[in-house]
Amino acid sequence: MPTPLVVSDVAKSFTMHLRDGIRLPVVTNVSFSIKAGECAVLGGPSGAGKSSILKMIYGNYAVDQGQIIVPYRDRLVDIASADPRTMLGIRREMVGYVSQFLRTVPRVSALDVVAEPLVARGVKRGEAREKAAVLLSGLNLPERLWALPPATFSGGEQQRVNIARGFITDHPVLLLDEPTASLDARNRSVVVSMIEAKKAAGVAMLGIFHDEDVREAVADRIIDVTAFSTAGGVAA
Amino acid sequence: MTELATYNFAYLDEQTKRMIRRAILKAIAIPGYQVPFASREMPMPYGWGTGGVQVTAAVIGPDDRLKVIDQGADDTTNAVSIRAFFQKTANVRVTTSTTEATIIQTRHRIPETPLTAGQILVYQVPIPEPLRFLEPRETETRKMHALEEYGLMHVKLYEDIARHGHIATTYAYPVKVEGRYVMDPSPTPKFDNPKMHRSPALQLFGAGREKRIYAVPPYTEVVSLDFEDHPFEIQSFSEPCALCGARGTYLDEVILDDKGGSMFVCSDTDFCEDRQAHGHCGHLSANPAEAAE
Amino acid sequence: MSDTPLLKVNAVSKFYGSRIGCQNVSFELWPGEVLAIVGESGSGKTTLLNCLATRLAPSAGSVEYRMREGQFRDLYRLSEAERRLLMRTDWGFVHQNPADGLRMTVSAGANVGERLMAVGDRHYGRIRSTATDWLGRVEIAADRIDDEPRAFSGGMRQRLQIARNLVTNPRLIFMDEPTGGLDVSVQARLLDLLRGLVSDLGLAAIVVTHDLAVARLLSHRMMVMKDGHIVETGLTDRVLDDPQAPYTQLLVSSILQV
Repeated sequence: MPTPLVVSDVAKSFTMHLRDGIRLPVVTNVSFSIKAGECAVLGGPSGAGKSSILKMIYGNYAVDQGQIIVPYRDRLVDIASADPRTMLGIRREMVGYVSQFLRTVPRVSALDVVAEPLVARGVKRGEAREKAAVLLSGLNLPERLWALPPATFSGGEQQRVNIARGFITDHPVLLLDEPTASLDARNRSVVVSMIEAKKAAGVAMLGIFHDEDVREAVADRIIDVTAFSTAGGVAA
Repeated sequence: MTELATYNFAYLDEQTKRMIRRAILKAIAIPGYQVPFASREMPMPYGWGTGGVQVTAAVIGPDDRLKVIDQGADDTTNAVSIRAFFQKTANVRVTTSTTEATIIQTRHRIPETPLTAGQILVYQVPIPEPLRFLEPRETETRKMHALEEYGLMHVKLYEDIARHGHIATTYAYPVKVEGRYVMDPSPTPKFDNPKMHRSPALQLFGAGREKRIYAVPPYTEVVSLDFEDHPFEIQSFSEPCALCGARGTYLDEVILDDKGGSMFVCSDTDFCEDRQAHGHCGHLSANPAEAAE
Repeated sequence: MSDTPLLKVNAVSKFYGSRIGCQNVSFELWPGEVLAIVGESGSGKTTLLNCLATRLAPSAGSVEYRMREGQFRDLYRLSEAERRLLMRTDWGFVHQNPADGLRMTVSAGANVGERLMAVGDRHYGRIRSTATDWLGRVEIAADRIDDEPRAFSGGMRQRLQIARNLVTNPRLIFMDEPTGGLDVSVQARLLDLLRGLVSDLGLAAIVVTHDLAVARLLSHRMMVMKDGHIVETGLTDRVLDDPQAPYTQLLVSSILQV
């Protein structure tokens, strides 16, 4: 079985130059890999560095040391040292990300927000919208909202738009950052079945779920982040 | 001739004429290109044809016969005084006949009678730069000419059509000379533009205040700018000339009374008088029978 | 996606006497990529932009551009005619002050149509319908086509300037503080419009701005400048969410939170 994501010996700290250059270590020696069709969940208390790990894999945070290897266009690429253009390509083709919060774009309808990642990958707009509509109705977002920009939606509605946007593509690696945080039980179970479908399709997923029921339902294994924590706290 | 002793021939000194002739030769060599020259103070104000007068002074010789017209007329102040100026300073023969003249200095018209080889038409030019009203910087307009960037010229024509439904520029209508330089034909009516095209006469343009000379050598292509779907057209008049009955000439409106009465007559007075002398008449002409009332 | 860059910038420096405008700047820009150059006033970002856009000759270094025919040309070895043709066909330049990029005394339609006429279009009806189409794309009502930009609001003028630049389907657009001096709501609309146009047309763009929110919304990549030097570069969200250089951290922490 292929292993589309390998994280080895990754370390991350923040250097606060505005506070006399103090260094805040976050994680160190992070090593794990995710197989295709597997959903691993990062476990551990808040502040343990779960989100930072996701953000490093998505290229959103710089990596101090170690490697994050993904296959990209017939070769293996280290995200930790990839140039911005390669990283954009990886985001477009390899690694998807569903965040807690939707960064809303003014004046773009919910349907187009969801369809956009497909359009960016070259799918025709009409076809992308059809697929977006299927996802939004599956997530029980009322059809009257589809044509509206999501900026004014409730938290739960925004999150469902965000989930649909994250799940619409067939990225081989999907990062899930608390996608069910503000959903009701019915929609949580929709998301769980969507994750099951992704697994069946061979997608490798790495997620953060605070909701225990969801975690139980989707996790093939738990990666305990406290093992990577830098015990000392603040180092000079 | 003794009373001329105080002036050099044709007023300007020989060095100056030589300088102007050099500018003219360069202008002829590069049709439509504006050649700078050291324009002199003339005994008349700018705007009265100092550029044309300097060009005429540089090309005129004792054997020439000079005609001067102002808006087509030989008898208006500007025409009369310039004619008198060259009679006095060069003692040349003058004429009002287009066919007899070897040099015709003009303000704002080209004679109706077709010009012939060997004749020189000298235009008085107020503003030689066709791009001036769209681009005020001389440094920029020179660059635009050098690089043949004439899109801006069409912007002006576009604006005309957008505002008036047709190209409303009726005089100083821009032309392209020999497929290269865009040129301002001086404020002649666009009616006269086709006469410039492949004319057998040499056409010289002098702008005194702006210190520029340009030229259209004989038999040169002169094409009026236009759009494919709004082609260049000359003015047309519904009536013939009220005095000589000519059709297809450029007419001036002459007010007859205080009640709004007017007539349209040829702006080219020599052409009109010549026709009348040959028996042609319009509905208001004095001599023949049908003139009436 | 093309595997060849559109623009190759190699060690570009600009000195004003002994003062540094910008120093030793190198990067490559690919088709469809939007690069933001951020920094405070005096950081050299506008000097750099002008060096790239051939509006200011650099003191050292080279800028190469891949022409439509496919070969790379050193921009500072182009003839004046080639350079100007490039600027009005394959490039656009959006000025902060629309009056610098528009002809204020000719109509909106002629402003948009000028580039078409400059490259030889001589069909009034076609020029006008293209202009109408572009006005629509920048959300200017078709019945304003014969009005002069003097009669337009700041936001409309800026949108008109954008249409004027895009009408020849350029591949590279330079923008100098494109939303500077506009009301916040007008800014948002303009940014949104720009974002849509850039992605629909696959434009490459270099945007100079001091506004990090503009950079976040428009750009894929970012370069942070200070005192004429590049202090940090990277993916826009990486630079903003995890700034590394002390100056970038200061810049990011200075954003007002609403």
